[in-house]
Amino acid sequence: MSAPMVESPRAWRVNYLNVSYGIRSWLFTTDHKRIALLYLVSVTLFFFLGGFFAVLIRLELMTPPGDLVQSETYNRLFTMHGVIMIFFFLIPAIPAVLGNFLVPLMIGARDLAFPRLNLLSWYIYTLGGAFTLAAAIFGGVDTGWTFYTPYSSTYSNSNVMLTAVGIFITGFSSILTGLNFLVTIHKMRAPGMTWFRLPLFIWAHYATSIIMILGTPVVAIAILLVGLERLFHIGIFDPKLGGDPLLFQHLFWFYSHPAVYIMILPAMGVINELITCFSRRRIFGYSFIAFSSIAIATLGFLVWGHHMFTSGQSVYAGMVFSALTMLVAIPSAVKVFNWTATLYKGSVSYQAPMLYALGFIGLFTIGGLTGIFLATLAVDVHVHDTYFVVAHFHYIMVGGTIMAYLGGLHYWWPKMTGKIYPEGWARFAALVIFVGFNLTFFPQFVLGYLGMPRRYHVYPDEFQVLNVMSSAGASILGVGYLIPMIYFIWSLRYGPMAPENPWGAKGLEWLVPSPPPPHNFDVTPVVTGEPYDYSPESEREHAR
Amino acid sequence: MWENFPLLPKRASTFAPGVDALYGFLVGMSLFFIALIFILITVFAIKYRRRSAEEVPPPVRGSLLLEIIWIVVPLGLVLAIFGWGAALYFKMYGRAPAEALEVYVVGKQWMWHIQHPTGQREINELHIPAGRPIKLTMTTEDVIHSFYIPDFRVKKDVVPGRYTSVWFEATRPGRYRLFCAEYCGTKHSEMTGWVIVMEPVEYQNWLSSGGGGRVESLAQAGERLFQQLACDACHREDEGGLGPPLRGLFGRPVMLADGRTVVADEAYLRESILNPDAKIVAGFPSPSSMPTYQGQITEEQLLQLVAYLKSLGEGGGQR
Ligand code: HEM
Ligand SMILES: [Cu+2]
Repeated sequence: MSAPMVESPRAWRVNYLNVSYGIRSWLFTTDHKRIALLYLVSVTLFFFLGGFFAVLIRLELMTPPGDLVQSETYNRLFTMHGVIMIFFFLIPAIPAVLGNFLVPLMIGARDLAFPRLNLLSWYIYTLGGAFTLAAAIFGGVDTGWTFYTPYSSTYSNSNVMLTAVGIFITGFSSILTGLNFLVTIHKMRAPGMTWFRLPLFIWAHYATSIIMILGTPVVAIAILLVGLERLFHIGIFDPKLGGDPLLFQHLFWFYSHPAVYIMILPAMGVINELITCFSRRRIFGYSFIAFSSIAIATLGFLVWGHHMFTSGQSVYAGMVFSALTMLVAIPSAVKVFNWTATLYKGSVSYQAPMLYALGFIGLFTIGGLTGIFLATLAVDVHVHDTYFVVAHFHYIMVGGTIMAYLGGLHYWWPKMTGKIYPEGWARFAALVIFVGFNLTFFPQFVLGYLGMPRRYHVYPDEFQVLNVMSSAGASILGVGYLIPMIYFIWSLRYGPMAPENPWGAKGLEWLVPSPPPPHNFDVTPVVTGEPYDYSPESEREHAR
Repeated sequence: MWENFPLLPKRASTFAPGVDALYGFLVGMSLFFIALIFILITVFAIKYRRRSAEEVPPPVRGSLLLEIIWIVVPLGLVLAIFGWGAALYFKMYGRAPAEALEVYVVGKQWMWHIQHPTGQREINELHIPAGRPIKLTMTTEDVIHSFYIPDFRVKKDVVPGRYTSVWFEATRPGRYRLFCAEYCGTKHSEMTGWVIVMEPVEYQNWLSSGGGGRVESLAQAGERLFQQLACDACHREDEGGLGPPLRGLFGRPVMLADGRTVVADEAYLRESILNPDAKIVAGFPSPSSMPTYQGQITEEQLLQLVAYLKSLGEGGGQR
């Protein structure tokens, strides 16, 4: 790695963005980097749509009576919010945008193993999204993102089928992405890139891909069965037709619990990259972090029953699921401790991506600890289906995943676009988001323990103060999300040119120019050392 | 002093102090770990801040000892928490004390129907005495609901097609909120009510003012149904009927035609009425000659029949 940090006035150079122009060159591209940008645009649209529903929810909850919208509408709002945020934003966000862009670059490959399949997965995602949008436009769906039967299969009069088909279709795009990553990571590593030289971002995506491939078919089956019961009255879940309503919960959570790890593991992968770069430090406990991802992916398949502690399942089943859930907390804790230890005696700088990473650690810690509350049987009986659960998963998915996603987007923005974003604004936005987030969701823990059930349109007066606090926080959070949106777009046109390695980071993606050439590496790189090799010796070597 | 602590709901059942103690422990533990991580990060971030752009610190390798410590200590902690939570859970969802007063609950979009064994019925209100265990046997006419009394720290889902049950003992007279906690459709947030806990004497007054001797008890209502639906044509007192006699059945083991033995609990009675073919008693023809009553009686009537059959078991019937 001998390129100078500051580039000389640049001669025109072919890169993946300028190699061809026109809408066709994007819609028919098989370049993983362009597909990543297609996903970036799509998930951003869904994020703001889901956010729009959230704004309406928080406005309604400013006052106890249902005065802004009717109950039918309110129920559709929280359902559409959940469905869009989970299936169309959080699940694809990091893997399909950052993962797509970076997996080949980080392992020294020219593309993913199946470039056309990769493009197909974006089309499938878009098709699924179109169905779901159609469901929203034709009146929405009111079952909650969890689609519990027999409400969803027999009683709901909303667009359940249209939405379900949308989710069903989108699931295949996850499966294809997972498959593509697995094969790529197994087969296309550059010479010398052994398993224990892989960046942890890759380990995280490896674990995520396993979950995508094993879990997604199960939710597809569950959705299919709901459809069969709705359309043909085949008794599967509705006891009036001879079915078992709890069977659905088992099937649904068998996927959807692991799915929560689809949302967090890639985020953890991003954090590894940020923490090491901005403390110039080899990761502390590499193999413990790598294997904790695998442990989470494996154990994650054995804990679905913790969503059903009050459902009437056997007390003994409850105990087994509770004990196993406790075990999942351990690999999460291992990661937090190792990240913290990585800072020790490092060279810590506070650029915006690092602020997001530190924010992530704090919020994820709170989310994980409150997960232990929920795994504790007697406490869960009280707080299950209250705002406590809502706060828990927002701490992890919004506080965790979205912080990591934004941190990663800032970190790799120069690589992806060739432009530098405005650092001052970025730090400011990170701070606004952190403060707004806590104001929005911390009061919900208290609300939940006080007993306010989730999915309540009308609520008793005594809960108003905390709800107003939450809504006030949400308005700050909303502004926090708009700022990066604005300066990112601004930087595309006005941002300074990015050098190939603006952060002085390690990793193969920083060896290629920004933005990278169409096929990433003109010469296949040869890897000779560990990842995160920040040390005086390695610097000296490079200086030679 | 904690009684009016605004971050906790009222503590009005025998379970509440136990759950709050565990919750308090969890909050304390969380504060400890959050403080630990926060302080470490802040100290490291300041102490080891980057001082020059070229600075590259010497590497620190991992530490096996540290890894073991931060795996084993949290593991011990969470397993202890698991045990504590499981013990309380077992008490709540385990068998109710024998002297418990049994109340029947039927959820229906979007209200709660309550039936007392003495025959009183209420909607969205549940009157109970303080200081006596109450056992709820619950089901629903339509979708899943969940019976939730925050001030008691008690919640249990109410599932169509089966009975779920939960018990608790209220400690302080007063009015406590009742919520439906499982999303159940349009007016989910209005499927709420009150639990009214009374001193035992007051409760007796309430019972007698609610109709006194004039109210038909649940078992009596069930007996009337038993005759109306002509169950008694086949289930006669003697062995000569087309179906087995039912006196003393509840709580006893039953030999089935396929060789299994099951205990005749509420779920078995319910299933035998709605789906007679599911379990055939030894010595009776299969498929069963009994018609199904699925769709012909409401959940509330079903509960009355069950109450009647239970009363026969205790030898309390009038036949
Ligand atoms: C330390 C690890 C974690 C533990 C011990 C844990 C535990 C739990 C438990 C027991 C519940 C069920 C609560 C209830 O419904 O009563 C729950 C709910 C939930 N958790 Fe976690 N959790 C952990 C991490 C995560 C992660 C990493 C995510 C997502 C990225 C997540 C997302 C969710 C979601 C979405 C729900 C609620 C689903 C719903 O009902 O809508 N959790 N968690
Ligand atoms: Cu889960």
